[in-house]
Amino acid sequence: MAEFAFEPEPEIRLAPGESAKAIEGKSPWRIAGRRFVRDRLSLAMLALFLVILIGSWLAPVYAHHIAHTDPFVSNLTGTTVVNGKRVQVIQAQSGGLGLGSIPIGPTWHSNYFIGADNQGRDVMARVFYGGKASLQIGIVSAVICTLVALALALLAGFFKGWTDSVLSRVMDLIWAFPVYLLAISLATVLLTKPGGLKWGPVTVNSSSLWVPTFIIAIVYVPYVYRPIRGQVLSVREKEYIEAGISQGASNLRLMFSDILPNVLSTAIVLLPLMIATTILTESALSFLSIGVQPPNASWGTVIEDGQSLLYSRPLVSIVPGVMIVLTVLALNVLGDGVRDALDPRAKVHVRE
Amino acid sequence: MKRWFVGLASVLTALALIASGCGGSSKNSSSGGTTTTSGSSGGGAKGGVMLTVANAAPSGSPDPQVNYTLQEWQLLIITHDGLVGFKRASGKEGTKIVPDLAESIPKPTGGGKIWTFKLRPGIKFSDGSPLTGNDVKATFNRIFKIGDSPNAGSWYNVIQGADACLKTPKTCDLSGITVNGDSVTFHLTEADPEFLDKLSVPFAFILPASTPAHNLSIPPAGTGPYMWKTYAPTKQIVLVRNPHFKEWSAEAQPSGNPDQIVQKFGLTPEAQVTAVENNNADWMFDQPPADRLGELSTKYADRVHVNPLTATWYMAMNVNVPPFNNLKVRQAINFAADRNALVKIYGGPKLAQPTCQVLPPNFPGYVQYCPYTKNPSAKWSAPDLAKAKQLVDQSGTKGMTVKVNTTTNDVDKGLGLYFVSLLNQLGYKAQLQALSPAIQYPYIQNSKNKVQLAFSDWYQDYPAASDFLQILLGCGSFHPNSNASPNIAQFCNKAIQQQMDHAGQVGITNPDGANKIWAQVDHKMTDQAPWVAMFNPKYIDVLSSRVTGYQFSPQWYFLLAQASVK
Repeated sequence: MAEFAFEPEPEIRLAPGESAKAIEGKSPWRIAGRRFVRDRLSLAMLALFLVILIGSWLAPVYAHHIAHTDPFVSNLTGTTVVNGKRVQVIQAQSGGLGLGSIPIGPTWHSNYFIGADNQGRDVMARVFYGGKASLQIGIVSAVICTLVALALALLAGFFKGWTDSVLSRVMDLIWAFPVYLLAISLATVLLTKPGGLKWGPVTVNSSSLWVPTFIIAIVYVPYVYRPIRGQVLSVREKEYIEAGISQGASNLRLMFSDILPNVLSTAIVLLPLMIATTILTESALSFLSIGVQPPNASWGTVIEDGQSLLYSRPLVSIVPGVMIVLTVLALNVLGDGVRDALDPRAKVHVRE
Repeated sequence: MKRWFVGLASVLTALALIASGCGGSSKNSSSGGTTTTSGSSGGGAKGGVMLTVANAAPSGSPDPQVNYTLQEWQLLIITHDGLVGFKRASGKEGTKIVPDLAESIPKPTGGGKIWTFKLRPGIKFSDGSPLTGNDVKATFNRIFKIGDSPNAGSWYNVIQGADACLKTPKTCDLSGITVNGDSVTFHLTEADPEFLDKLSVPFAFILPASTPAHNLSIPPAGTGPYMWKTYAPTKQIVLVRNPHFKEWSAEAQPSGNPDQIVQKFGLTPEAQVTAVENNNADWMFDQPPADRLGELSTKYADRVHVNPLTATWYMAMNVNVPPFNNLKVRQAINFAADRNALVKIYGGPKLAQPTCQVLPPNFPGYVQYCPYTKNPSAKWSAPDLAKAKQLVDQSGTKGMTVKVNTTTNDVDKGLGLYFVSLLNQLGYKAQLQALSPAIQYPYIQNSKNKVQLAFSDWYQDYPAASDFLQILLGCGSFHPNSNASPNIAQFCNKAIQQQMDHAGQVGITNPDGANKIWAQVDHKMTDQAPWVAMFNPKYIDVLSSRVTGYQFSPQWYFLLAQASVK
């Protein structure tokens, strides 16, 4: 399991090859932006991520206007046209004893471009839709996780004492559970609840994407909370905070105007790394049937659909697998780029 | 029994509560023959080691009076014997009950309540001790004494004194079994047309009287041609020849061919296929994964055997929960279900046969019937989506949420997904709920969970119509708020129940007449549509090129000991 450590060095330092004159008089955010746009690899990865993101969001366009298919409806007895001939989407084995049936392979045409799955659905369209769900869950859960961790870390680091002890012990408790075990336990309980989940007037259908989103967000809060809390504790002791207190500044003002801007860069650096991690977690949970619920698709569920076709139709699993690899790679490189841009000597690394 | 008998302890605990009086008959039973089997009984080259492979050891206790898995039963039938047994043969012959440890099958007296069996002389257990009448009585006492024999209260409670044994198992002494020399007499509380069937399964296989009355870690001495040498649940089972065995009936217990039968655990079905293809194993217990069927069917066709099973795969619709408390909705789903598509998910038309009814083909009481097909006929031909949509409109249930419950197994999940898609097409909001196989079966039985549409399947325990109709859809097999309630649809129709009870009574004296009544019951059940009966599956055996003399019994499947290994 990945965990993050951040050793802050708040002073603005020069990046390799950067002159003092170039950054003189500029705000830290402008300096970071300037550094980031000069990092070609990070820009390329940002572009790759955006392509994947936009492509996934255009899934309905692909499915309805290009592939002309509904990727959520079984089409076991349907047909398609290949090389001018109408063929069955799920074909009975013809040779030998004729046992088994096999989905159509890649047609390299708009319809069933990389073939069908066991339900006769267009795999390419499902990969697009899967990307939409995976990215939505990954991004939203990472954002929720980071915001919650940020808020808790501000409270714990600012007030210290009992507040810090209680919050930190709760975080330790969550951290003590292996991430997947905790996520699987939560998912098993929440997904099997008859009638969905009810919190007062709010009812969440157990097949809703919000279920895996919240589960994933919760299990990763301690991983973001810890480094930010450490930074808040450090900033809390600075002279300008003491000065603010002596001048009668309110706690809210101190937290949000004086401390938050100084720890925000840590959260921003962690965000892309968290998105990569949450996408992987979502895929793993969906692969285990406890994330995105069928007939909805995510990259994890599409890989799972292809598991029983590895010998005959390997592309069903390989394509969503490659999409996960590319997305996580892009986000990790992007995260490194953001880190370097915000502070070239800050040491953010992922411990496995 | 549920698929591969696994996890049925809970079901049969429930059956203890089912009203007795199931009808049907074993005498007229029949089963489909093999499609690709060779088939001679007995004979074959002796010697060698038959190496079989499986994913895991048989689930549950290995005690023969507790275990309820096909995997262990296939071995127990060659290490132990009952007073009577199913003939070791393929095809219809394999459903006949023949005398085993008993010299003959007696005619019951006292209105079907008294059965006297005379033991064959000279039979010894594998530990050298002679078989006596006391062993028989002790065996039946032990079924109750052991405490967790799954069907003590449902199958054997018909023996006089069983009620007291169920109340105080530790001191069980069945007054209904009397021993007089080599004669053993059973006194029943009421006539039971399936009594001989119940004596023919491993729960009733005779054990030495000295067998301790607690769960054993390896089956004890038996009278069959083999005996259990090793039972290591994480590694392997080893059966070796019983030195005290002398063949007394080639029909009931023929001597085996291999010197040893070994079953190794820990291989995935994928790996099992590879091992058998490469002749590193002689037979795989698990069914080959769908992805390997193509190569098996072409490259290894001469080593593959496919046999129809007396089993039905179905989706149970909860008749007490909307929208399925409406008959029109249940019938609509039946009209809409494309059984050809469902057969494709299972593996294609060579591996399953579409059906609309509860009883499987070639089963007592089976008369083909299908009211849910596009072109009216006894045989299903195509779905009628227009009719289905019309019924849904009439029901006024469109737009309701429906949860389709299934297991996470590939095929089961595929079937569930198909129904999600179908229900959405009919205007419902359907979701899939896929649970681990170990959890799903108890979960869908419990009415507390308000399961709406649930995947399940049923394989015969023995050839009698009541084994399907009474157990799966009888009023007595629905137990509210219990994990052991095999009537998943919660269906209870008093008129049909009366007819089933009547069939049970008729079966005592007139099995043929009873089967005609069971056929009517089957059709009426189908009309009431508590299920979407999907198809009747077939079974695939894959053998190494070393194996000859393959035989498939409809009761015990591949007869391991009757095959030879080069």
